[in-house]
Amino acid sequence: MKLKSLLIGVASSTLIVSAASAGSITAVSWGGAYTKSQVEAYHKPWTAKTGHQVVSEDYGGGLAEVRSQVEAGNVTWDIVDVELSDAVLGCDEGLFEEIDASMLPAGADGTPASDDFIPNTITDCAVGNIVWSTIFAYDFEKMPNGPKTMADFFDLEKFPGKRGLRRGPKPNLEMALMADGVPADYVYIVLSTEEGVDRAFAKLDTIKDSVVWWEAGAQPPQLLADGEVVMTTAYNGRIFNAVAAEGKPFTIVWDGQVYDIDLWAIPKGAPNKDLAMEFMVFSTETEQLAAQASWISYGPVRQSSAALVSSYHNQPDLKMAPHMPTDPKNFTNAIQNNFAWWADNQDELNERFNAWLAN
Amino acid sequence: MPSLNLNSMDTSVETLKTADGTPLKKKLQQSLFRNKLRAFGLVSPLLIFLLFLFVLPIALLLWQGVYDPRFSNLMPETSNILEDWDGVSEPTEDMYAALVVDLVNAKKNKTIGKVATRVNRELSGTRSLFTSTARKASKLKAPYKKSLKKVKKKWVEIETWQAMKVASNVYTVGFVAAALDYKLNADGTITRQEEDRRIHIKLFIRTLEISLIVTLASLLLGYPIAYLMASLPLRTSNLLLILVLLPFWTSLLVRTTAWIAMLQGEGVMNDLFVVFGFAEDDDRFSLIYNKTGVLIAMTHILLPFMVLPIYSVMKTISPSYVRAAKSLGATNWTAFWRVYVPQTIPGVGAGAILVFILAIGYYITPALVGGQDGQMISNFIDFHMRKSLNWNLAAAMGLVLLVIILFLFWIYDRVVGIDNMKLG
Repeated sequence: MKLKSLLIGVASSTLIVSAASAGSITAVSWGGAYTKSQVEAYHKPWTAKTGHQVVSEDYGGGLAEVRSQVEAGNVTWDIVDVELSDAVLGCDEGLFEEIDASMLPAGADGTPASDDFIPNTITDCAVGNIVWSTIFAYDFEKMPNGPKTMADFFDLEKFPGKRGLRRGPKPNLEMALMADGVPADYVYIVLSTEEGVDRAFAKLDTIKDSVVWWEAGAQPPQLLADGEVVMTTAYNGRIFNAVAAEGKPFTIVWDGQVYDIDLWAIPKGAPNKDLAMEFMVFSTETEQLAAQASWISYGPVRQSSAALVSSYHNQPDLKMAPHMPTDPKNFTNAIQNNFAWWADNQDELNERFNAWLAN
Repeated sequence: MPSLNLNSMDTSVETLKTADGTPLKKKLQQSLFRNKLRAFGLVSPLLIFLLFLFVLPIALLLWQGVYDPRFSNLMPETSNILEDWDGVSEPTEDMYAALVVDLVNAKKNKTIGKVATRVNRELSGTRSLFTSTARKASKLKAPYKKSLKKVKKKWVEIETWQAMKVASNVYTVGFVAAALDYKLNADGTITRQEEDRRIHIKLFIRTLEISLIVTLASLLLGYPIAYLMASLPLRTSNLLLILVLLPFWTSLLVRTTAWIAMLQGEGVMNDLFVVFGFAEDDDRFSLIYNKTGVLIAMTHILLPFMVLPIYSVMKTISPSYVRAAKSLGATNWTAFWRVYVPQTIPGVGAGAILVFILAIGYYITPALVGGQDGQMISNFIDFHMRKSLNWNLAAAMGLVLLVIILFLFWIYDRVVGIDNMKLG
């Protein structure tokens, strides 16, 4: 009897919740400063314009939760901020709705969407929103004549001292090849050969004894601040944060950056699929992407947004444009992380990298 | 009085009976059975809890180390025909036809991603081969071998088919083999993994080595503390006990991070070394982000697990034994070594096995301070569970680790004896 009334209670409260959520979507993202930038730049303007609410939820990335929701037929998320790798993998596994790219409007300057978006940022199931990047940084108070190029990072004679690198083959192999003189456009072509991989590992060998390996994004600014390393690879947003919010004397070297994108994807069977689509289109318009850039130093995927990017939200003197991975000055020698190539090779290269590390 | 002759009770005397006429023996059994049932009833909640939330999940997970129906479920036609293939001869047109049927279905059902991931584990580069071909599969025409070759040359290479054959085994030793740096081939043979990809054996050995060193170090450090705590007057020993327990109650993460602050290049220890002239300022010791760091941090973190069992056993040892030994002419050392220490062995055994078992599965500390040569097997199990999502390999590695631990446990039982263990 008790159980029955409990069940009825649960069922009716579910009904009430779903009735109330008409005109509301659940947007899932990575939390922290990143979600904050989305709330300010996407959610609030959208609510102001359409009257629909956006409920924000956090997650830690990966496909595990989306997969369990879709496979159980109980999808509660309407739109999810995913990495490119997960967007493609999830699309192949049928976890995301397919997107019709023709519904994306032209940029504010009239460029059609297909030209406005940076290449490879619209996939079958997802639309890109920001560009983030793995770069390397150093402390200019300790090294006034600091490194300028990726080759300098691997030059122990010119710049002695320890280096921080992410523990894993990605994107160290790419950076090693660029330091070894491979032009950005050819990095993955060279890596696709046995000799190319050997060459990358040989380059890594030259600094192996001076490397401190990091795993979490919060570690590299800490390593740099502690003087544990003289330079380290890092995610550009973390270094910017240390500079803008904590006043750390760090400088980013953009040469040889390996950038990647985050995208919006809609889980298959999302309860408010049409609204989510609308939100996806709205939030990836020129203005919204540009507005997000005053909250976080990740670059808009639309080229037309660059002209509208202003300064950091609470420091009018701090212009954001020079801190964007996509800023033309920073973008000269850059490659996009080639997800398809990594999907094919990561099992083998992870093993090889770990074996190399242990030797 | 023959009725009291218990030895011959059954034969020489009539069977003893209770008041209601049932034989005493039977009655006794009944009442014992009832007691057992009651006891069982009391522990059954725990038993059911352990069974469903501990034994069963672990067993199901480990089962994945030898059981993998993904490929054969999603590519049924191909799997059927691969079963009869010897793994070395040229693939036939029938095999190509079956493959195309499965590819078309997998694309339609959106399962091609899973298939591609599975085969890619066997042969790098096949992921894009599967996903890109599946997109065109419905337009392919017989003869399929020729049309598949036109899409991608890799389809006529025998390695691709061998990878599919290995992936199609539902019950497989492939993952356990991989966990031991071996490789299951399409013809059923097992060969060693390529040299630059062998990693797991080295990791198992390193894990055992680190656990063993940590156990010995915490025994050497913990025994004197426990002895001090057991022999000092209550007020001082309570203070010591709190000093032991305080870190024990502190979060693992906090303690590990504290060690980073202590041991890093610009940290407290290195600064002291420089001040006292043990190290040059520009050539400091590497105490963290390597095996040394893991050993130091883990010994500190696991020390209470050694101190507490030894202490609680030492508390129960009567001081009169040592006094007696001395009064009979033993030196201090002999009295301690021959009389006192043997009595503490149950505590030492319990502490050692506790520390060793905890150490062998440790992963947060090595993940944070392990750097490149301080990683343990659990870090790789974690990697395959969360990052590469290769649960089968993770399960196989867990299986191997479990077997190793059970084997060591068995040896311990033979050498020291598991009954000879006391937690207090």
